[in-house]
Amino acid sequence: MKLTIPEREIMQPGHLACQGCGASMAMRYALKIFGRDSVLTIPACCWAVIDGPFPYTAVNVPLFHTAFETAAVMASGIKAGLDVQGEKSTNVIAWAGDGGTFDIGIQAISGAAERNDDITYIVYDNEAYMNTGIQRSSATPHGAWTTTTPIKHYKIGAKKNMVEIMSAHRIPYAATASVAYPEDLCKKLEKAKNIRGFKFIHILAPCPTGWKSDPKYTVKLAKLAVQTNIFPIYEIENGLKYTQNKKVKQRKPITEYFKYQGRFKHLKKEEVEFIQKSIDRENEILLKKF
Amino acid sequence: MLIKFRTDKKGVKISGAKDMPPMPASLGLMNWNKTSSWRNLKPIIDYEKCIDCFICWKFCPEPAIKIVDERPVIDYDFCKGCMLCAEECPKDAIATEVEGK
Amino acid sequence: MKKTMIGNHAASWGAQLSRVQVIAAYPITPQTLIVEKLSEIVADGELDAKFIKVESEHSAMSACIGASATGARAYTATSAQGLALMHEMLHWAALARLPIVMTNVNRAMAPGWSIWADQNDSLSQRDTGMMHIFASSSQDILDSTIISYKVSEQVLLPTLISFDAFFLSHTMEVVDMPPITDVDKFLPPYNPEYKLDVNNPRSFGALTSEEHYYEFRYKMQNAMDDAVGLIKKEGREFEKLTGRYYDLVHSYKCEDADLIFVTSGTIAETTNVAVDELRKDGKKVGNLKIRVIRPYPKQDILKAVKNCSKIAVIDRNISCGYHGIFAQELKGALYNESDIPVWGYLAGIGGRDVKVDDIKEIADETFKSKKPVDMIMKGVKI
Ligand SMILES: Cc1ncc(C[n+]2csc(CCOP(=O)(O)OP(=O)(O)O)c2C)c(N)n1
Ligand code: SF4
Ligand code: SF4
Ligand SMILES: [Mg+2]
Repeated sequence: MKLTIPEREIMQPGHLACQGCGASMAMRYALKIFGRDSVLTIPACCWAVIDGPFPYTAVNVPLFHTAFETAAVMASGIKAGLDVQGEKSTNVIAWAGDGGTFDIGIQAISGAAERNDDITYIVYDNEAYMNTGIQRSSATPHGAWTTTTPIKHYKIGAKKNMVEIMSAHRIPYAATASVAYPEDLCKKLEKAKNIRGFKFIHILAPCPTGWKSDPKYTVKLAKLAVQTNIFPIYEIENGLKYTQNKKVKQRKPITEYFKYQGRFKHLKKEEVEFIQKSIDRENEILLKKF
Repeated sequence: MLIKFRTDKKGVKISGAKDMPPMPASLGLMNWNKTSSWRNLKPIIDYEKCIDCFICWKFCPEPAIKIVDERPVIDYDFCKGCMLCAEECPKDAIATEVEGK
Repeated sequence: MKKTMIGNHAASWGAQLSRVQVIAAYPITPQTLIVEKLSEIVADGELDAKFIKVESEHSAMSACIGASATGARAYTATSAQGLALMHEMLHWAALARLPIVMTNVNRAMAPGWSIWADQNDSLSQRDTGMMHIFASSSQDILDSTIISYKVSEQVLLPTLISFDAFFLSHTMEVVDMPPITDVDKFLPPYNPEYKLDVNNPRSFGALTSEEHYYEFRYKMQNAMDDAVGLIKKEGREFEKLTGRYYDLVHSYKCEDADLIFVTSGTIAETTNVAVDELRKDGKKVGNLKIRVIRPYPKQDILKAVKNCSKIAVIDRNISCGYHGIFAQELKGALYNESDIPVWGYLAGIGGRDVKVDDIKEIADETFKSKKPVDMIMKGVKI
């Protein structure tokens, strides 16, 4: 029997994620790697619900639910608390959505990154505020429908480049990853686990509910995002050393990615062309960094 | 004092404050919550076609696919019927059945 | 050991003597000297603690919460805007039942920018579920910090210790520092039963339905009720070590008083002086200092005022649209229990000095007045 990722399961079934939820896949992989000697903190986001109501939990490691904007510093506090009590080996992981990371939580993240606190910050990015009913965030891509960017006023403006913001802090490790490539993701998690200091991992985690996609296409979409270059996966060590993890020889047209999602259905041809151009331009900039 | 919790099929039983810790601290796992009722579609593995690549196991978000005697086995107590496993199976070894038909 | 120090440093040394393990704080006038001193204390190895230099007060309280959730003793200090920014996390600390002790230097809220004494900042946190102390001397600040950890860690509620900007924060007073060996006897290490523990994995603070939320509030209320007795009990234990006793209220010459002032913070100390002078003039007055406002010491207050015929509350705060907050609370406590009339006075808002003569004037006015008044804004220039 040949398995490409660790066999152990820490996260338990029975959780409350929607069918085909990319965020629950991401957590499953993270716990496989980080193991039982880990403490999680999760702010307001889908995962605050997925874990289950009081008096239950699904993650099966200690978990502190926290306020929306505090995941990073909560992890810093937990790490400090464990440290002073001699529990120095425990992995402390902040686990947040894109809203909690790109928007309301960015101040605390920047603070923890600048201090280089020894924590791993993981953002599962479903590109909107899903918990509260699919409102736009600064991670929502240009052109997308959300409940606060209705089709007549769809999201205008590019997705915030969070991993670059983080790497500008010169943190030891920053990476992007996709749930479609668990082996790559697990490698990155393993790497983060063994580095001291602030680690940031940005995981694209499709959300069938919010993307208006079929739950069975979660992996397909997470793969197409990489193959179309709309979500390139790479790592940045110490803010300087860029490594491309999935080389895309012939990028697929963005329409391949859009066609499985209801949230881009309204886009006219010119708008799709504009998006395609900006993806290609961004990719050119990125390729120079490798 | 740590609360000693009693469990039944649905997990932890709480009749009032006396059974509760001071703060909302969990007393049990979610795995009493059988999510099979969420399912409209049911994946069925054809073990003749299955090559044991474990891609289905790898991607199941629940996880509801176990490894039993080195083969993938779907735990229908927890499978939510997302059909991701069937979609990703390289050998088309997972058939789709409509629930309640 | 006796030392002269400012109120802010009494807070720093109180934290040091309590052997806090994690400190997270952000500077704001007039609190800055507390954290500067603590930085020194930690850097000099006089305290084995992690000091997280966070990027905001919201993060300061959050880091304390995280640390406390692992079972570490956590401390922070702030003032006014900083406390307001923490607000969400103060509720969090209380509902998560974490015994964090923090200091707030009472400063007026902006705008206009003001750094002077005013209690509106901390009274706006009244309903967060924190215990709330108003200290009135540097000794009180230091001792309260130590005693509060002892009480907080038993009832699992955070404590907010407030004191007046500048009148106390930057004023030198003689403070008796108990030897740390004595403090160690009084305050054992914190070792909670519910904590983030990889050997006993639990989630904390999950989605809580209406089926259970009410019961958590019930438990918090019970904890507050227990705290009333515990503050006294631990106060007596502390007295055995130091000779100093702290209660929820302190009454001064109230037994035979016709008029009782109800005060808090540094105004309470000024009022004691005024009481002595008024007594010399043959006026039977007393002063009831409210030291702890949460849990509210209703029974202690009723007992202390039972023989008087008039009460004058002096508030260095205002709930605009109603009136002084201590006056509101006191009237609530007396209703159904007593007919003593209450006069509400505002004084010292925004750091305006409250002098002995001001208090004597309040006494005269109250003696003369026939009908109680909700709010008299003393000294306001119209
Ligand atoms: C201070 C504050 N503001 C707003 C909210 C409401 N809220 C809860 S979750 C959420 C959106 C979360 O979005 P994201 O971080 O992307 O996670 P997702 O739900 O998509 O998993 C919002 C707006 C809150 N809990 N706290
Ligand atoms: S709304 Fe989206 S992210 Fe949230 S649980 Fe459902 S699928 Fe997952
Ligand atoms: S259908 Fe979905 S939930 Fe069911 S076994 Fe397949 S991947 Fe898992
Ligand atoms: Mg989101």
